[in-house]
Amino acid sequence: MESLLQSLLGDNYLTILLYCALPLVFLLLYALLAILGEVKISAWMQDRLGPMRTGPWGIIQPLADVLKLLQKEDITPAKADKPLFNIAPYLSFMSAYAAFAVIPFSSQYVGADLNLGLFYLLAIGSINVAAIMMAGWASNNKYSLFGAMRSVAQIVSYEVPAAMAFVIIVMFVGSLNMQDLVLAQSGPIWNWFVFGGPKQEVILSGGDVLAGSWVNLVFLPLFLATFVIYFISALAETNRTPFDIPEAESELVSGYHTEYSGMKFAMFFMSEYANMFLVSAVTAVLFFGGWQSPFGVYLGDLVGVNWLVPIEQFGWLAFKGLFFVFVIIWLRWTLPRLRVDQLMYMCWKVLIPFSFGIALVVGFLVIVLK
Amino acid sequence: MGGYFKDIYDGIATALVGMRITWRHLFTPSVTIQYPDVKRELPDRVRNRLYVNMDDCIGCDQCAKACPVNCITIETVKALPDEDLGETSTGNRKRLWVTQFDIDIAKCCYCGLCVPPCPTECIEMTDAFEFSEYNRDDLLYRFSTMSPEEVEEKKANAEKQRIEQEAKKKAAAEAKAKQDAEAKAAEAAKPAEAAKPAEAAKPAEAAKPADGGTTEGTSPDTAATTPPAEQTP
Repeated sequence: MESLLQSLLGDNYLTILLYCALPLVFLLLYALLAILGEVKISAWMQDRLGPMRTGPWGIIQPLADVLKLLQKEDITPAKADKPLFNIAPYLSFMSAYAAFAVIPFSSQYVGADLNLGLFYLLAIGSINVAAIMMAGWASNNKYSLFGAMRSVAQIVSYEVPAAMAFVIIVMFVGSLNMQDLVLAQSGPIWNWFVFGGPKQEVILSGGDVLAGSWVNLVFLPLFLATFVIYFISALAETNRTPFDIPEAESELVSGYHTEYSGMKFAMFFMSEYANMFLVSAVTAVLFFGGWQSPFGVYLGDLVGVNWLVPIEQFGWLAFKGLFFVFVIIWLRWTLPRLRVDQLMYMCWKVLIPFSFGIALVVGFLVIVLK
Repeated sequence: MGGYFKDIYDGIATALVGMRITWRHLFTPSVTIQYPDVKRELPDRVRNRLYVNMDDCIGCDQCAKACPVNCITIETVKALPDEDLGETSTGNRKRLWVTQFDIDIAKCCYCGLCVPPCPTECIEMTDAFEFSEYNRDDLLYRFSTMSPEEVEEKKANAEKQRIEQEAKKKAAAEAKAKQDAEAKAAEAAKPAEAAKPAEAAKPAEAAKPADGGTTEGTSPDTAATTPPAEQTP
């Protein structure tokens, strides 16, 4: 992709800028879709219709929402810490967008093919914590500060099981590179990590091949549990229901972005939606084969149109990502909000012990079977 | 320890149960009615905006009297004897020009009490309920079909008629008084025995009820207040 753009536009800064901005284009389109999806799915789950007046079936409602936000007055409270207050929303979105650099959208496009992709993802994701804390502190509002403190406590806690879930997969694959993680799941649907990971022949020390390629089905329950642990942690890291106590409307007005309006609020909003897709895409990459087709083959390969393959791959990743975004929205309209103590109990007493236990077992199995 | 694993199992199981419910509702048809496009069928006996069929109104003022919030204002003018106002569809003869029939629908409480008293069934509650206005004055509905000029004309006619009638009456009264006087004069010529007792009895009869009224009014009051005052000490 990079070489294609370079050959088309020449090797200059504009080309690189365009290359960097491609995920942003996707993100903006996705945000419109996600806003519409959120209102429509919530309405349908409550036997309502949702927005119906803006365009046919209300499909241009998100555009109207965005336009409204753009027109709104940008208020900075008089007693706020202005520099921090103004930087925080952009920093929040920056951290969410920076993480997209390592998401492999297809075999041909990944913003930065880092060898430490997953590590970078964890590191850059933590900047969001700083942005939220900045927003809460600089607003000079007790609700904002409460929300920010809760949010930071929650994200810092849930980063541990999320990182352990990464470790479990990374131990199996032996690489932190996101493309390697996807390539490890090549082939048909049962090679995805959620279904037990790539099935391979296991050679015992004596030189015998162990009973076909299905031996590492023992990984299936382990990876399935890892997927559940990661998904729950990811949900908590994006501050979505049932872990939305940082912006608990009924208690804290709207948490750390209480004092924000207009464009800056929109940045927080974008950041939340970007994070939603980010964790969905990471879930897809880690457990659902990333851009891999579930059939193991691509239409482009079958009909002999090579340029179709990367587009298909992008389609699969987008589909998987959007599916998990749908699951996140689905959960939001299903589960009530957790209490703070329940939240901490779930993280420290359930997810972390289980993730450590699975890591131990997987580590042991990897040594024995490989 | 068993409780710990049971909690985890319950947590996952109940979350899945909830997700199944929301999933089912995702495909349940919506209960929303797209109001301005689709309107719900109203019940048969719905009470909404009032309508008056002025062709049938005889100006009897019954509805205005029945109204508990006084939102109906009716003004009528007598028709001249030679004017034919026609009949209502129920066969009642119209004798009054209804110069004003205003319903302040902003005041109306939609009780429907004005409908049954109407002898010609000309006032009714319709099923129209979308009549919001930006200005409250626009909610004052004027049902009278007469133009201001017509109203002026009819009022003048009626006034003239009244004056004429009064003049006629006066003339008649005068003529009668004259006749009476003549008769009296004629009578006075004869010995007046029959008239005298009647004139003497009149003042006595008029004074009697007045006296009785005052005595009856005061006596129960004193009777009611005095006994408790005596008992308490």
